[in-house]
Amino acid sequence: MIYVRLFLEFFQTGLFAVGGGLATLPFLYSISDRTGWFTHSQLADMLAISESTPGPIGINTATYAGFLTSGISGAITATLGLITPSIIVILIIYAFLQAFRGNFYVESVFYGLRPASTAMITAAGLIVARITFLNPEINFKTIILAIVLLILTNAINRTKNLHPVVWIIFSAIVGIIFEF
Amino acid sequence: MGKLFELFFTFARIGAVTFGGGYAMLPILQYELVRKRNWTTDEDLADYFAIGQCTPGVIAVNVATFIGRKRAGIFGGIFATLGVVFPSLVIISLLAGVIQIYAEIHWVKHAFAGIRACVCVLIFNAVYKLWRKSVIDIYTLGIYLAILAGSVFLNLSPVIFVLISGIAGVIVNVWKVKKS
Repeated sequence: MIYVRLFLEFFQTGLFAVGGGLATLPFLYSISDRTGWFTHSQLADMLAISESTPGPIGINTATYAGFLTSGISGAITATLGLITPSIIVILIIYAFLQAFRGNFYVESVFYGLRPASTAMITAAGLIVARITFLNPEINFKTIILAIVLLILTNAINRTKNLHPVVWIIFSAIVGIIFEF
Repeated sequence: MGKLFELFFTFARIGAVTFGGGYAMLPILQYELVRKRNWTTDEDLADYFAIGQCTPGVIAVNVATFIGRKRAGIFGGIFATLGVVFPSLVIISLLAGVIQIYAEIHWVKHAFAGIRACVCVLIFNAVYKLWRKSVIDIYTLGIYLAILAGSVFLNLSPVIFVLISGIAGVIVNVWKVKKS
């Protein structure tokens, strides 16, 4: 039964891919090699498309791979397979955290984790920034847009509390008009 | 039941406007969950992202499970998670047939170049907020700088950074207690 196999393959990916969406890639390549459900170049297309559609990259890729295998029901099966292990693991961790809330050592671990988490998000932001502003050469249009957005979202009282989506739509329109 | 649907639709909205993976979700989460709804705090978000880094699966999914579980039990965790993946399922299934063509459309490329610049600024703002909550003394500043340098210059799994910073947190706090 294709759906059971599809679910199990993506369950495995969800269980062993640690560290976010891009960590699922090696697993997806291996599924492609073993099953022939989709090709490497289809996966590469998917990565490109993930940057141009909303949603987490790992989910988008699983959905697309599942869709290529057996249509919409395949997309749903693959996605459910991918998220099931994380749901189980997180529910267990949550129960553990509840039980040890206030414990000196657990609190100390988070005291160290929070700045580390912030640093890793900073690093991820720097990677996006390099691709956006410097790749393949200095891109002045995107730099100017970023400076304008920085001012609008921080320094101007009338605009700084708007929903982030407003800025995403605004930037998409600016990108189209000025041909970024 | 109302709470579960509220979780589903809130996270579906968040999934629909997250461009560029889990980290890009942070500014939207801060706006929708911390500022608008008071469902969680900046500190908790930093914790969830750190745990998401070292547990299997997509970070966006992990964070959704955490917040859903916190707000409405195990089913809350499941509904929030289904919500965050729902837009991907719909959008990718709709685009799957034309996905290669879609990625080549010029105005789509321009729009997403603009969105990427926007995402950089939004991540920068979000990280700054997180930074003020997580880097609270000289030790956490040290952890922040060390992990930032490590993430930028070393090609290591985030799991290692999470382990090191957790241990560092315990060592610093034990040392502080001994000293006083």
